[in-house]
Amino acid sequence: MKLARRKLPWVLLGLFLGVMVVGLAFGEYRTVLEKAVTVCLDCIGIG
Amino acid sequence: MPKTRKPVEKRVWYQAGSAIVINAWLPGWLTGRIYQGQVKGVCVPVLNCYSCPSAMGACPIGSMQTFFAGLRFNLSIAEFKVGLYVIGLLGAVGAVVGRMPCGWLCPFGFFQELMYKIPTPKIRLPGFVSYFRYVFLAVLVILLPLLVTDEFGFGQTWFCKWVCPAGTLEAGIPLVALNTGLRSLVAFMYYWKVALLVVFLGLMIVSTRPFCRAVCPLGAILGLFNRGSLFRMAVDDQKCTLCRKCYKDCPVELKFYETPNSPNCIRCLRCVDSCQYGAISHDFLGKLVVSEDKRVNKPA
Repeated sequence: MKLARRKLPWVLLGLFLGVMVVGLAFGEYRTVLEKAVTVCLDCIGIG
Repeated sequence: MPKTRKPVEKRVWYQAGSAIVINAWLPGWLTGRIYQGQVKGVCVPVLNCYSCPSAMGACPIGSMQTFFAGLRFNLSIAEFKVGLYVIGLLGAVGAVVGRMPCGWLCPFGFFQELMYKIPTPKIRLPGFVSYFRYVFLAVLVILLPLLVTDEFGFGQTWFCKWVCPAGTLEAGIPLVALNTGLRSLVAFMYYWKVALLVVFLGLMIVSTRPFCRAVCPLGAILGLFNRGSLFRMAVDDQKCTLCRKCYKDCPVELKFYETPNSPNCIRCLRCVDSCQYGAISHDFLGKLVVSEDKRVNKPA
């Protein structure tokens, strides 16, 4: 049980790093960048 | 032999340093224009509005909503991206340290702690409010951006638009003050968000970290990893006397001795310093740190 609990964080870390890499491969960094470099009117209460 | 130390004294420096690094684009405060460099696409694992004039990175909650709002399979111009980059980043951070960025790095959490230092009568928030942040996450961050569309067929960033006081404080008020072009666009929504911010500011003065505990969707996501992260906390039942000192000092009013890795814990480690009996410990990659036993007459 204790061993399984110690493995879980590593499994999660590997899984989510993989998910992140897939997202980057699909060009999602560019999507976030495009959103982030323009003023978010919703965020500031004008949208 | 585990180490004993007091990590809390350093925390304020980490919080201040993080706020400065994440918001290092100081020219933004002079020009009223946001930073537009290539690193702006890097999501920070804290709540920091990307429209803040000095923000150097992207808000993960705003980015996540943007992906969900643009995910449309019935539109030829829609993006078929679900936000794996953001989900993966938050999951990876959570798998390593759980909700620790809330306690050590988040500028908005730091701001709330500073507000709470204003000397006034204080109130304790009821424990059930911690469930509200899952509702905000599920409804305003995920479901409404996915399901409700405008006349062009796209969703909206509902949490940013209707709730987020960090956006109003860090971006809305400064940009409207600095940018005359935006000032002419102020209408009902802006006043709504300012009014909501005023309510939160009042709550921050009388209760500790109310936004983190009741609203923050990012805290809701990272908190899910507290029980399964590499960084773990524990309480030694043999040493704990249920004196409740850790509960009284906890910035999220958590009964640590009942649930050491609760999703509500922001892992600020103040309890490690509070414990007089050496009962609280944390472990990261085999490095065990135990709270100091401060009693004069320690058991043999």
